[in-house]
Amino acid sequence: MRAVITVIGKDNVGILAKVSGVCANLNANVTDVTQSVLDDMFAMIMLADITNMNTDFSVLADTMTELGKTLGLAIHTMHEDIFTAMHGI
Amino acid sequence: MVNTSDILETIRMIQDENLDIRTITMGISLTDCIDSDITKANTKIYDKICKKAENLVFVGNTIEKEYGIPIINKRLSITPISIISAATQSESPVAFAKTMDKAAETVGVNLIGGYTALVQKGFSAGDRELIESIPEALSETSRVCSSVNIGSTKTGINLDACALMGRIVKETAERTVNNKCFGAAKLVVFCNAVDDNPFMAGAFHGVGEPDCIINVGVSGPGVVRSALSKYKGADITEIADVIKKTSYKITRVGQLVGTVAAERLGVPFGIVDLSLAPTPAIGDSVAHILEEIGLEKCGCPGTTAALALLNDAVKKGGVMACSKIGGLSGAFIPVSEDAGMIDAAVCGSLTLEKLEAMTAVCSVGIDMVIIPGDTSHETIAAIIADEAAIGMVNNKTTAVRIIPAIGMKPGEELDWGGLFGKGPVMPVNTYSPAKFISRGGLIPAPLHSLKN
Repeated sequence: MRAVITVIGKDNVGILAKVSGVCANLNANVTDVTQSVLDDMFAMIMLADITNMNTDFSVLADTMTELGKTLGLAIHTMHEDIFTAMHGI
Repeated sequence: MVNTSDILETIRMIQDENLDIRTITMGISLTDCIDSDITKANTKIYDKICKKAENLVFVGNTIEKEYGIPIINKRLSITPISIISAATQSESPVAFAKTMDKAAETVGVNLIGGYTALVQKGFSAGDRELIESIPEALSETSRVCSSVNIGSTKTGINLDACALMGRIVKETAERTVNNKCFGAAKLVVFCNAVDDNPFMAGAFHGVGEPDCIINVGVSGPGVVRSALSKYKGADITEIADVIKKTSYKITRVGQLVGTVAAERLGVPFGIVDLSLAPTPAIGDSVAHILEEIGLEKCGCPGTTAALALLNDAVKKGGVMACSKIGGLSGAFIPVSEDAGMIDAAVCGSLTLEKLEAMTAVCSVGIDMVIIPGDTSHETIAAIIADEAAIGMVNNKTTAVRIIPAIGMKPGEELDWGGLFGKGPVMPVNTYSPAKFISRGGLIPAPLHSLKN
């Protein structure tokens, strides 16, 4: 089971560290990261294995949303299945 | 692994284009609650609904958060109450509506459907009493929805029931006049009603259904419109293909949510209703899809053809995307719930007559249309009969949900807010069908051969 965490917003120091820090605290293992910075805009897609997470998915989602508000970024945390369902046959 | 552009597309659909799951509806059979003692029957009904649906809202909210997809409504549909109330004979069935209302409030759902009677071929014990009690039931409850099936392709149209429903629709509006005639917005008159419809106000749990089941209704007109906006110069075949592909993606989400919800609630997964259900929100309109296809205003010549294409392509895309399809499945055209339809009705492009033509090629019928308060009950009955005839002959579900705006004239506006929206009072042909309606009897079922 994996969560897809997308982060979009103005670039800043330490975004990747803070987002992966939340994952580490909740025991979600980051397995893949794609990121780019274009004209000061930061965009990242992170995949995290949530099989052994020490809490509910909703806690992960809420913590990320809160972090996003603090940093002035849009952070969406969604179960991977919605993407595989929508884009696969 | 899913690629980056797919991930971003999904997020854009949800964040910017109003993709959502319109409803997770739990269907609950009440046939084991029948009792000749109305108090006992009501206790059994309340207990069963509360037990079966106790986790519905919680599970819905959890899925919403986990998959990041809004689930707008969690709702309930139950066995047509006329079947339950028949056993209690002389008692008023309104007590059942109050129990439904209370149970819905307890489990936290905003609407419960099933204050229903099926009279397509005639009235059985309890049917007339139930129908006569609809105005009272809908004025004294807030969450109960009612529906009556007055015709079908196999049986024909019960004209006595049409006449009765013309009067009941008007009475319901009159009894809820202080609440902007809202009672009539919770009352649907069907031809060929389906047993597994998850959408309100017409949902009920058919007698052939399992004890408890989860049905899902999807949405997403904004997503379709946005996809089409990228194909400005495309020919109409290409447009149909784009709609199919988009519908596939929307429906996949419905299938996923339904499967997960059913599993977590420990009940079987029923069907996905492949629908494009609009809301009054900007960017969530079926009319705007038609306008994107190339109509200056919804309702102008070409609307029926464009809608036929849209409706068919939505189904073709959705069929492949889910394992079981049912309900009403198609594009909805409720006037007050669709920003583009409201605009078209206000400017006069969309008329009642054009809407009737449109219902011949799409789901579901004359829906959320506000008519002048002085429209006679015979005229309402005849509008019901006309719509039922389209359903009967074309072998499809049609419905009428019209709201006589008591004390209001064409051009004035009725505004409920929220998902039910607002709309102008639309003019109705004032020549009288009273003699036709007063004949009563049954319009015979149509021939199934010699099709022309």
